[in-house]
Order: sequence, then structure tokens, then C-alpha cells
Amino acid sequence: MFKTKDGKEIFVLDGHTHFWDGSPENQSNVHGKQFIDCFYAYHTNLSPPEHLWEKARFEKYSEDDIYRDLFIDGPDDMAIIQTTVLRDFYKQGFSSIERSASMANRHPERFIVNGSFDPRDGEKALEQIHYMKEEFDIQGVKIYTAEWHGASKGFALNDPDAYKCFELCDKLGIKNIHVHKGPTIIPLSKDAFDVHDVDHAATDFQNLNWIIEHCGLPRLDDFCWIAVQETNVYGGLAVALPFIHARPRYFAEVLAELLFWVGEDNLLFGSDYAIWTPRWLVEKFWDFQIPEDIAQERGVQLTDEIKEKILGLNAARLYGIDVDAKKKQLSNAPVQIAAE
Amino acid sequence: MLTDIIKIDLEFDVWECLERVNDPELDEPLTDMGFIERIEVIDGHHVEVGFRLPTYWCSPNFAFLMAFGIRREVERLRWVRSIHVELSDHCFGDEVNEGVNSGRAFSAVFAEYCDGADLAEVVATFEAKAFDRRQEAVLLDLHRRGFSAEQIVSMTMAEFDDIDLRDADAIKQKPRYRELLLSCGLAEDPGDLSFPTWEGQKIAAGLLPQHFERLRGVRINMEFNGAMCRGLAATRYKEVEIGPDGPTLVDFIAGRVPPQEGARAHH
Repeated sequence: MFKTKDGKEIFVLDGHTHFWDGSPENQSNVHGKQFIDCFYAYHTNLSPPEHLWEKARFEKYSEDDIYRDLFIDGPDDMAIIQTTVLRDFYKQGFSSIERSASMANRHPERFIVNGSFDPRDGEKALEQIHYMKEEFDIQGVKIYTAEWHGASKGFALNDPDAYKCFELCDKLGIKNIHVHKGPTIIPLSKDAFDVHDVDHAATDFQNLNWIIEHCGLPRLDDFCWIAVQETNVYGGLAVALPFIHARPRYFAEVLAELLFWVGEDNLLFGSDYAIWTPRWLVEKFWDFQIPEDIAQERGVQLTDEIKEKILGLNAARLYGIDVDAKKKQLSNAPVQIAAE
Repeated sequence: MLTDIIKIDLEFDVWECLERVNDPELDEPLTDMGFIERIEVIDGHHVEVGFRLPTYWCSPNFAFLMAFGIRREVERLRWVRSIHVELSDHCFGDEVNEGVNSGRAFSAVFAEYCDGADLAEVVATFEAKAFDRRQEAVLLDLHRRGFSAEQIVSMTMAEFDDIDLRDADAIKQKPRYRELLLSCGLAEDPGDLSFPTWEGQKIAAGLLPQHFERLRGVRINMEFNGAMCRGLAATRYKEVEIGPDGPTLVDFIAGRVPPQEGARAHH
């Protein structure tokens, strides 16, 4: 729960968090090392100095750490834990659904655990989707289009195998498809960060919600063009939001673009924990104003009401959470501070 | 020593020529981005260039383009007989290094990695974005100085060449915009329009606001990515140490990245 200076309580649903193990013990090869190192560079590049972590803690943090950082020190009421497998890089997976679900089981009222699948597995991907629905009752998945698997160095959302998976998701009521457009390296003749497959998939699967993490960055301009045409396309603010500290004016420009094209009802807060922790992000976001010249040029505004939507109400709508009931439930079960 | 002075001069030559190699995605010179890490001239005619990108995962096709861009520009120097380009710590580094140093043409090397396909489409996509970015910088300056939509969309190359701009970004982008207009065949004669669309069409004066709207998105994305790349490049090899005064960012591998001798001479 985030409390504003004048005492208003703001419901915060963190749309993008992870419970990963990127430690050297779990790395299979140099790619695994480079993957977590790259995340760490994002962390060190954009975190305020007082929120910097040592490398070892960043590589692998505990169940207590995540609970404390999100809900005790942090203002989150709930968090969506995303699954990112990276099976060619990590022995037990980078953040497997089993490990995340087992952690989340300690506080099921606070976590939504999303699954993941790799459409290149064909029939096995379909089995995986059934398994995740039955075992964990998932309502969403995260797709990482740049995952390496054998000779393949990524895939597109509109590949035929991917469509079979989305058909099944639709049938089973797995409505929320979070997409992380990483660098899809092969074919080399295409733009690695191309986002146009989102347009096809969102048009062909109108029942599904397409939450594009990082708002399609580094292809924000292309993403905005797609989002303005598709009502079922959403933007996750992770990666853009930390600029609020290091480069507030860039953040204002990006946010103004997003409010103009994507709209206030289709933007979701995400800390990208553990790359960043939510407390400073939410505090700075609540205090943030788009500079007058940018707001005027773009004809947008960032009111408290809009901030509230972005911080939690929009995600609550996608995940069918009754915010008033949830607030009541959580106030009856306040965060538990472990004895130290 | 005389040879040392010559060596420094030649290395300066190389730094200067590399200002013409751009990161295709950011439309900024590799030298400005800090990607060039090492330049060495051996025996007055052999050049070694080492470069590194902000992350291990930066697009390999762009890495290929940059590596071959380095080779192309260095080979243009009269005194150069051979060149070796080395991309470090990159997921496609081995392939890029083997390709750029094989002596074969870019098209042949690249085709080998994607079933004969080429990069024309991607190059054109990013050239269009670079065009939009450069055009917007100039247009915004004119717009702020009170030029009407009609004056802007009808401005000829002769008029364009006579205009003095005020904004620093516009002044920097004007010659770069002009260069792209000419090299892409969008303008040739003094009477040609100076602000066509990338497709070579005249912009309708009434649609100029929408044109601005689109260019704005291109710029914001590019600037954001440029800031991100600079930041990632700066922290890539650093780690955090928690001391008595809290966390600090420390270069744990000081000495691993060779000093930029040429860069120091240059600035």
C-alpha cells in the first residue's frame, strides 16, 4: 500500500517482477553469465546510488528478500511474478514457474504467478500450457521472443506454432500475454527488436490482452503506432520508469508519448524487480509531473487519477481483481515482518 | 622520437575517419558513443581497431555493419595497407571478427549467415529513421522561429542553404540532413524541395502538424536509446561495493579495458 503525503491510500499492483536464480552455480555457460551481467548493468546504470546492490545479492536473492523489498520496504500490494526459463543458459531455469510458485505459496494473497512456454516445442508447448493451468491455475504467461534454443535464436509471435499456443491460451482462459521483445537475433537480415509481430497477434487474438513489456523499447515509436490501433495492446512501464531518477526529462517525453498514443487505461506499472526495487519508483512516480512545455506540446496530462490507474487499477482490471475486496483482505492480513 | 610523433598523428587520422561510422540505430558516430576502445598503428601502415558495444546482446546485424564501416573508412586512408578489427565480449563476436577480417565483401560474409538474405530492408528502415531525426531537428528550429507551414514545405535547397539556424541540435544536424538528402537522391538541384518525406513526396502544409507528431516519436525513441546505450556502456564492467558510507560503483576490472590513448590525444 502506498500512502500519499495527504494520507490517500493507493493500490499498487506491480505488473512485472521476477524471482530468479542467476547465480554462477545455476549458469550453464557464458551466455548465462552475460545475461545476468546485462541485467546488472541495467540495475547499476539506472538505480539511485543508495539502492544499489552487490553483485552476489543481485544474482540470487531469497524468499524473504523479495517479500521484504516488495511489500514491507516496498509499497506493492500485489505483484505479478513472471516466468523466464532460458533453458539453454541456466541449469534449473532462470526463473521457473515451480520455484516462483513455491515462493509465492507463502503469501498467495499477494502474488500472481504467470507461466511461460516456448512455441518452438510444438506439442510439448501445448502440454506445458495444460500443465501450468491445472497445476498453478495461471491467468497469464510471459513470452520472451529472444530465447535461444539450440540453433534457433528467437521467434516471432505470429509464427504458426505460436498461434497454436495462443489458441489454447484463449480456450483455457489464459487471457494475459506479457511479451518481452528481446533481441531476436536470427534471421540476421531482420531488425532484432522488430515489434510488428505484436500487431498481427493482437489483431488475430482479440480476446487476449497483449501487454508489451518495456513498451516495445528500443522500438517505442513503432510500438506506439501499433498500440494506437489495437485496443487490446497494453504497455508495461518497466525499463522506461527508472529514467525518472537518472533522466527525468527523457522519462517525461516517453510518458507523454505513451499517454498520447497508448492511453491512460492501457499502461501498467512494473518495477522489473530485482533489476529495480519498487519503493523509489512509486514514490518518484507519485511526485512526478510532466513539465509544462512537454505536456502542452503533446496535449496530455498526468493527474493523480491517471497515476492510480497506472500503478494498479489497470492491471487489476486485466487480472479480475476486485480492488476494494483485496484491500480489505490485505488489511486483515498485514505484511508479516520476520523476526531478525 | 619522430616515429612516436608520426604514430600519434596517424592514430589521430584514424580517430577522425571513424567519426564517419555511425551506429545505425542511434544515428550517432561510434566515436561519440565511446564504442571505439583501442586504435593502434603499427609500422606506419597497419591499423588495429578494437571496439566494444554496450551489451553482449546488442544486435549482431548492427555489429556487422559497424565492423565493416570501420574497415571501410580506415581503408580509405592513403597510408593504410592492412587493418584488423576486433569486437570484444559480444554474443556474435567470433563471427563478426572472422567476417570483417577475412578480406571478403560485406555482402558475401553477411549472406553466409542468413541463407543469402541481405540487410537492405533493415538498413533502409534505419536510414529512414535517421532521415526523420535529422529533418525534425532542422524543422523544429524553423517552426520555432515562426516560419509558416507553407514556407517550410515549399522551401527549396537554395533557400535551405542560406538559412542560419539557432538551436545547437539543428546546427549540428543541418549538414548531416543535407548529406542524406543528397546521398539518397531526395534532392539534387537548388530548386528541389528541402523537406520532402522519406518517400520523396511534398508534405501538404495542412498535414505538417501530423508530420511533426510522427517525427517526434522517432526522435524520442532514438534519444532514449542513445541515453540507455551510453549508460550501459559506462556501467558494463562495474560492480557495487557496500562501504561505511553506503554503496558505491567500483571498476573491479580496472586495466582490463585498455586506455583510449587516441581518444585522449583527440580531445
